[in-house]
Amino acid sequence: MAVKKQSFAEWPGVDYEALAQSAMFRGLIQEKKAFIIPATIFFFAFYFTLPILTSYSNVLNAPAIGPVSWAWLFAFAQFVMTWALCILYSKRAAKFDEIVEQMKQEAKEGGNV
Amino acid sequence: MNGLAFFLFLVIVALTLVITYYASKRTKTTSEFYTADSSLTGWQNGLAIAGDYMSAASFLGIAGMIALAGFDGFFYSIGFLVAYLVVLYIVAEPLRNLGKYTMADMIAARFDDKKVRGVAALNTIAISTFYMIAQLVGAGGLIKLLLGIDYIYSVLIVGILMTVYVVFGGMTATSWVQIIKAVLLMIGTFIISLIVFGKFDFSIAKMFHQLKTATPLGDAFLTPGNKFKNPLDTISLNLALVLGTAGLPHILIRFFTVKDAPTARKSVVYATWIIGIFYVLTIFLGFGAAAFVGHDKIIAADPAGNMAAPLLAEALGGDFLFAFVAAVAFATILAVVAGLVLSAASAFAHDFYSHIIRRGQATEKEQMLAARWASIGVSVLSILLALFAQKMNVAFLVSLAFAVAASANLPTIVFTIFWRRFNTTGAITGMLVGLISALLLVFFSPNVWSPEPGAAIFVGEPLFKLSNPGIISIPLGFIGAIIGTLVSAKKADEKKFTEILVKANTGIGRV
Repeated sequence: MAVKKQSFAEWPGVDYEALAQSAMFRGLIQEKKAFIIPATIFFFAFYFTLPILTSYSNVLNAPAIGPVSWAWLFAFAQFVMTWALCILYSKRAAKFDEIVEQMKQEAKEGGNV
Repeated sequence: MNGLAFFLFLVIVALTLVITYYASKRTKTTSEFYTADSSLTGWQNGLAIAGDYMSAASFLGIAGMIALAGFDGFFYSIGFLVAYLVVLYIVAEPLRNLGKYTMADMIAARFDDKKVRGVAALNTIAISTFYMIAQLVGAGGLIKLLLGIDYIYSVLIVGILMTVYVVFGGMTATSWVQIIKAVLLMIGTFIISLIVFGKFDFSIAKMFHQLKTATPLGDAFLTPGNKFKNPLDTISLNLALVLGTAGLPHILIRFFTVKDAPTARKSVVYATWIIGIFYVLTIFLGFGAAAFVGHDKIIAADPAGNMAAPLLAEALGGDFLFAFVAAVAFATILAVVAGLVLSAASAFAHDFYSHIIRRGQATEKEQMLAARWASIGVSVLSILLALFAQKMNVAFLVSLAFAVAASANLPTIVFTIFWRRFNTTGAITGMLVGLISALLLVFFSPNVWSPEPGAAIFVGEPLFKLSNPGIISIPLGFIGAIIGTLVSAKKADEKKFTEILVKANTGIGRV
């Protein structure tokens, strides 16, 4: 009785192999990879640049705006970067959800393609 | 004792007990107990994640660190936030699609093996226990400072409350305690920040200018390098911070409280906004305390700087604001420890009892009983450990929890979702190597050994020079998983991986 949202009963004998081979699923994985891999590389690079620069150099200690140094601006930019990448991903993921919905419809209709 | 603070403490206790009473009526099944029947909305779960995550260490610890060490304290704020990109991109949605109640469920969805589940559950218990002892010891000390109640009674009060929330109200009570705490914490932080900013005439330039002369550090207050002098240690800490969150069991189980992966994703995004705004505001808390309370007074109240935020509240708004912030800190502690009890108890009851001992044959009633007894057991054990650890400096246990989460859990989670060849042996070796290496490296680190008596737990030269093991133990966790996979004679079950790949990305066939 606890599991009432989506149980296995709604997905009798799903052919995962066929689903995985379908053009729709492969397109979904392609699109996800095309966003997530570069975005992840970017935010790791952006994030670690800050401690690396502050640990091994003094370049960020120069004043940027009035008494505020580049280190503080770069630190604040980490927040802006995080929020921006959240918004971008949310927008992109709305498209992923559409593809998944379509796949579910077809799987339920027994097409399994 | 501050009478108003005491009154507000009682209000919070009463409010959370009323929540628990109503939650208990909706906590009859295991699904309700572990996941609030997956009934939370994206917003509710976003707030609850924030409430689960922003511990007293964040609120009081970071404010103190920024007040005392300037820029370096802010590193924690950045790492704690950017970590949510890892959660959002890599972990949250597959976890929701593959798991049921625990993190081990997700790994076991691919490797239906008792040993895999057992090791995953062991990691959950280890991480949650370290985190909880740090929270409880901190709580005991804090309530003593804030209210003048003895350490032992403070730990007992927090310990009993967390047990009551979880045993009777399960995930529903825990979630609502966390939601209320998140709202209170944001209100308190926002008010203090606004007053601080007002005192600098709402000018960032003026604030920075004044801070150049406000502390004993002088100009250096605003430049990095006051606290973290060893570059490798700084990078190691940052690595553990950014990768650890995605492996923290008490955060991961929050994704089972929503109905599907898109809602899980939305809740991470909401949480990221709330947590991000909070951590930006820690600058105002820290700067405010440095400027308006002063270095000497902060140190005099507590050498670790944990009293910076409450003292700032007192300096700005007298008894009333002090009482309010003290109450917020109390609510913060309660919300975090309740989440930790639930995650450790679910590993005991759901993973060890229901799956490993009873092989999935336990009835619903037996499972509920196990869940409640496990919660009591976890709580009693943590309270006892916290009472023993009173005189120890256990603040490092929080970074140890992050390091174990990043080294032991994250590699296996990532490979389970993405690596076709990954197999049972690799999952076990990855988790064990990550756990053991992080534990050993911390055991031989300056956190535990110091030549100066009283500075750490033991007197002597530390064998391992870094305070944070991440830079070594996280790669070791990944390497352990890879080597275990490659040397194992077992071939990966390709069909199973295909199934996991489809399930993780679509939710089709979800349990």
